[in-house]
Amino acid sequence: MNNYRNIETIYTVKTNEPLTHKTWRMRLSGDTSELTSAGQFVNLRIDGKYLRRPISVSDYSEGELTLLYDVVGAGTKAMSEMKPGTQINTLTGLGNGFNENIATERPVLLGGGIGCAPLLNLARKLQKRGIEPTVILGFNTSADVAMKEDFREIGIEAVVCTVDGTEGVKGFVTDAIKALPFLPDYFYACGPTPMLRAVCLGLDFPGEVSLESRMGCGFGACMCCSIETKDSAKRICKDGPVFTKDELIWK
Amino acid sequence: MEIKEIREREQSGDWSVELSGVKLDNPVIPASGCFGFGYGMAEYYDINILGSISFKGTTLHPRFGNPLPRVAECEAGMINSVGLQNPGIEKVISEELPKMRAAFRKPIIANISGFAIDEYVECCRQIDKEDQVEIIELNVSCPNVHGGGMSFGTQPESVAEVVKAVKKVITKPLYVKLTPNVTDIVSIAKAAVEAGADGLCLINTMLGMRIDLKTGKPIIANVMGGFSGPAIFPVALRMVWQVSHAVDVPIIGCGGVSTADDVKEMLLAGATAVEVGAANLRDPYACKRIIEDLYKKS
Repeated sequence: MNNYRNIETIYTVKTNEPLTHKTWRMRLSGDTSELTSAGQFVNLRIDGKYLRRPISVSDYSEGELTLLYDVVGAGTKAMSEMKPGTQINTLTGLGNGFNENIATERPVLLGGGIGCAPLLNLARKLQKRGIEPTVILGFNTSADVAMKEDFREIGIEAVVCTVDGTEGVKGFVTDAIKALPFLPDYFYACGPTPMLRAVCLGLDFPGEVSLESRMGCGFGACMCCSIETKDSAKRICKDGPVFTKDELIWK
Repeated sequence: MEIKEIREREQSGDWSVELSGVKLDNPVIPASGCFGFGYGMAEYYDINILGSISFKGTTLHPRFGNPLPRVAECEAGMINSVGLQNPGIEKVISEELPKMRAAFRKPIIANISGFAIDEYVECCRQIDKEDQVEIIELNVSCPNVHGGGMSFGTQPESVAEVVKAVKKVITKPLYVKLTPNVTDIVSIAKAAVEAGADGLCLINTMLGMRIDLKTGKPIIANVMGGFSGPAIFPVALRMVWQVSHAVDVPIIGCGGVSTADDVKEMLLAGATAVEVGAANLRDPYACKRIIEDLYKKS
């Protein structure tokens, strides 16, 4: 009898290229059977780094997955230098992911910066259920805008907004929601904490958000990414990263 | 342990060890704070291959711990400042231990921490009654909490005081986990043993910090944290060696152990068993790999 999860796998870099001045896209091949829902993440071992780097999965299918990452430090810098063929020891299928089966007719997907990444697989999953989600992608400025094409490829014309107004709607994703010609009945959000806070406190319909944090292990052992929720202390890596609006506490 | 015995054990495949009468199948024990209460890790492999598990540091009252970020990357290691997040002794006994026992049938080491002597005493009195808890490990060294464990572990007098007080209320072997953040670890170790400690565990994490070059501010919200990982292995090994030559109780060696060879080095330095900490966080299968390598005939 062996019912143990093997979350450790080797992924091979297929392509790795910049989309903007800071955002990169890495396509990997390997065993994706541990990935069961949109919004889960993988934890990559990088040569010379002790801790792994948690990166959310933008999209996946059998034998293939796509990661989007911003080059923000030494770890992601090293990632950007990985050539096709590079093998990466990875912990996969981590975290709970979005609730793809929630009862919703008019969901809106809200992404902020690199937080737009996991919305792509989520949109595809919702489409499979016959639901056409509205997608709003928020960035600081037009030079940061990414992923518009990825959504176009699956038939979704994403609403883009930028804080400085250099592309699309001027303002935050919360401003872009107000400009929609209809009222959504559910939101899925991923992005920087101030955005998620604004979304949770500002929208009066239900939804869920994907949080991020510096992590130790990524699989629930070390408590380095714990948050207090209305219920109890929870680990972003294991009990999350996705939490419903109702369970979060915003101080 | 002498090198001759290591060779014999490599041949026989018998790695069983004994800590104060508690028999372990092998010397490999996940360190407190790196393995929760075990059952979560049972998702990934059969945790009954482990010699024992030192469970998540438990205090009298529930604690959420420190603000985030609680972790920072280092060369060959990491810094953590979790701050003893735990649900408190009552819930540990009523909720965590039953789940732990359902997944793990081997001896359990209860890691107990406190901020006052009466807290240690009450916590240990309660956990001492629990089946399968075979050893109580007193954390007098957690460097994460303001005014906390640190003060007990850095003075021979305060270590002796807490050990004496706890020994009065327990029946099971008491091991004291020592902090390396002291001038002379041998004097602290001796004080613990003279006060009645049945064994020692060393070392806990080394106090460290990192600063974010973008912001100029410390990465860890609590500024400082415990440095662990392979970088501290030589320090841990040295302290185990010094202490094992100075006291006559079993020692659990801890600090940066990541491979079966590290385990053997620790045993050669004078440890009877070994705790594995940070390695579990980098690789959830670390202890499984170490044990498999230990049993591999060379």
